Amino acid sequence: MLSSTADHLFWMARYTERAENTARMLDIHLQSSLLAGGKSEDQRSRAARAMLTISELEPAYHEAHDAISSDSVLRFMVTDASNASSIYSALYAARENARAVRGALTTELWETVNVTWLELQERLANDAWMVDMPAFFEWVKHRAHLTRGVTSGTMPRDDAYRFVALGNALERADNVARLLDVKFFEGAAIEAQNWDAMVGPGEYYHWAAILRSVSGFEIYRKTYRDTITPARVAELLILRADMPRSLMAAMNALCNQLGRLSNKRSAQTIRQAGLLQAQIQFASIDDILQQGLHAYLTQFLERINVIGQGISQDFLAA
Amino acid sequence: MIFYDEMYGLDAKQTKALAHYEAYQQWAKGYNADAMAHKRAQADAAFRQVGITFAVYGDDAGTERLIPFDLIPRIIPANEWATLQKGLIQRVQALNMFVHDVYHNQHIVKAGIVPAEQIYLNAQYRPQMQGVQVAGNNYCHISGVDIVRAGQGEFYVLEDNLRVPSGVSYMLEDRKMMMRLFPEAFSTMPIAPIEHYPDLLLQTLRESAPVGVDNPNVVVMTPGMYNSAYFEHAFLAQQMGVELVEGKDMFIDEGLLYMRTTQGPQRVDVIYRRIDDDFLDPLVFRADSNLGVPGLMSVVCAGRVTITNAVGTGVADDKSTYPFIPDVIKFYLNEEPILHNVPTYQCRKPADLSYVLANLKDLVVKEVHGAGGYGMLVGPASTQAQIEDFRARLLAKPGGYIAQPTLALSTCPTYVESGIAPRHIDLRPYVLCGKETRLVPGGLCRVALGEGSLVVNSSQGGGTKDTWVLEDTSIDSKEATSC
Repeated sequence: MLSSTADHLFWMARYTERAENTARMLDIHLQSSLLAGGKSEDQRSRAARAMLTISELEPAYHEAHDAISSDSVLRFMVTDASNASSIYSALYAARENARAVRGALTTELWETVNVTWLELQERLANDAWMVDMPAFFEWVKHRAHLTRGVTSGTMPRDDAYRFVALGNALERADNVARLLDVKFFEGAAIEAQNWDAMVGPGEYYHWAAILRSVSGFEIYRKTYRDTITPARVAELLILRADMPRSLMAAMNALCNQLGRLSNKRSAQTIRQAGLLQAQIQFASIDDILQQGLHAYLTQFLERINVIGQGISQDFLAA
Repeated sequence: MIFYDEMYGLDAKQTKALAHYEAYQQWAKGYNADAMAHKRAQADAAFRQVGITFAVYGDDAGTERLIPFDLIPRIIPANEWATLQKGLIQRVQALNMFVHDVYHNQHIVKAGIVPAEQIYLNAQYRPQMQGVQVAGNNYCHISGVDIVRAGQGEFYVLEDNLRVPSGVSYMLEDRKMMMRLFPEAFSTMPIAPIEHYPDLLLQTLRESAPVGVDNPNVVVMTPGMYNSAYFEHAFLAQQMGVELVEGKDMFIDEGLLYMRTTQGPQRVDVIYRRIDDDFLDPLVFRADSNLGVPGLMSVVCAGRVTITNAVGTGVADDKSTYPFIPDVIKFYLNEEPILHNVPTYQCRKPADLSYVLANLKDLVVKEVHGAGGYGMLVGPASTQAQIEDFRARLLAKPGGYIAQPTLALSTCPTYVESGIAPRHIDLRPYVLCGKETRLVPGGLCRVALGEGSLVVNSSQGGGTKDTWVLEDTSIDSKEATSC
């Protein structure tokens, strides 16, 4: 297939996945700031700052805003067209990429992406989304679910499909790692690095919210049948292949697609991805926590970035 | 002024429908105004969801508009279509022979039918094509010939579009929409199918491959997603199952054209280009174009790739060439033209110019190289200031303009805000020329939505209608003749 077509498909998938993960992140931010008797304004804006930091958006935010407040950060992350990672920008970019290659998509898939964009504009008009923010974030998630479902249900299993799946996996690996980093950072401060302890009633909601944000609460219960500890949460979200939004699952999907797409130039990228996959597969959570979770996730993100650049050079360069 | 109406003919009171509209009228009685309004809303929502939109130049960047779609079809009876079809095939065949002659032996110039300066001083003449062999001597693979009906109901050719005629996707989507909204109409009336157009197009393109290529790689070439007709480019590529490429997706190596794919370079044999000559190759045409492929013309000249339509066809569809076409048909085919031209004044001729200047308020004046309804004067509908402005332009550059009498274009009943009213229409059938000349029965029917307006172009707020050619079950209509 055309390199430029593959590029658009890859980014269509990445932006769709990014919009979903942003919605998930904002949703738990909202929930945890409302829960457990409510946090102080100071705590809430600290949490809002952490979201910006982890998405590397602090400088962009400060170009237009002075102080960090929870509300203005929410707005910045949802509706701001100048923020390339806002839900608005991500869904716009997903739709523009889809429009560029609408001939390479099934009609159902194109219409799904197009309708998402049309409905988004209705939902954002006159700040309608702010009336019921959880419902709005839920809608973003559902549209992403639908897009994936229509992709899997209607696209032929050819290279077009694989580049979509590849973009999904790469973006998910990146986004989930960032989400873990920011939320464990907050949690660890409370927990004073005591990873194996059962979390107290005050922190229970924090960890439950992290799990819920990646649709992992029920999976945690089923997998461990035990109380919530930060170490087990980390293990589930990093190492468990059966947890669909874990780093392991994302890397498995990524390597699977990459292997099928391989061409004459891609050996180095495939090797790097395989190495990262193997290192997660054979890691133990104790080793990771000992090394320091933040350091671990930082180097994971760097390596994901290198793999992303490799994919661009090997397959998508026009 | 009395206009011929497609539904009522010359009956000014519009009471009794013509025979070919009777079945329609009977059927339409089943829908009252509310039901129709509901269907219209349904059609709008569906077009928006499918994303059949169109960008308007000069509007806010990125604005996407729907082309207004009218629910009342234009119906053409079988006998009228049979004549149109014969006339169209005749005309395109002659035009094709004309372009070939222009770029090879110039018999028609030597015979004194078309003056040499008309061809060789024409801005659309491409010296790079002189003597170049194109596959099958075929230049005009896809033509969109604009047909109007005027006066007592006779057909005229208004324009031959031989470069990159657009609009065929609307023809197909309009039909799809009508079938979705009114499925029962298609089971009760003998409406000829048009949905196989993409198949015929692909067949035409495959037949046009360079000599010796058995299984050609066909691509559709677009200037990109910000072009107003991008939807159509993507639509046709998808319908044919071929790649949609931009200039930057292709390159030339060792005299052959390739596209960049995720598995490395792949040969390209036939380009259905939706981009003007000027932008195809920056080494030969506009050097500032980044939409084309540097060196593309060298591959064309070597006969290693087919470009459809061929480079340089503009010399034959130019408005200043148009008055010669009836003679062109007689010259090459030794036949009388089946379809007539609109009488045309060539402002480069002093006698014609002085007539035009004296009668500006009754005439339509067109720029020779204009398109899309831009740069034209409709005398009867213009203010004195607009007329004076055109007078100055004419005097400054007479050769840049032609003029025609303001035609009493036929009308067709159309939904407007106040209900149903007659609006002026035209018809663009698409003629495909590969090893055979083919067309699907029908075309894009454009409608000028403003009361009394004669400009049907979508860029000027025109709308579209589905066109129903009724099949005559008693006659075995022939769809193709040899090219």
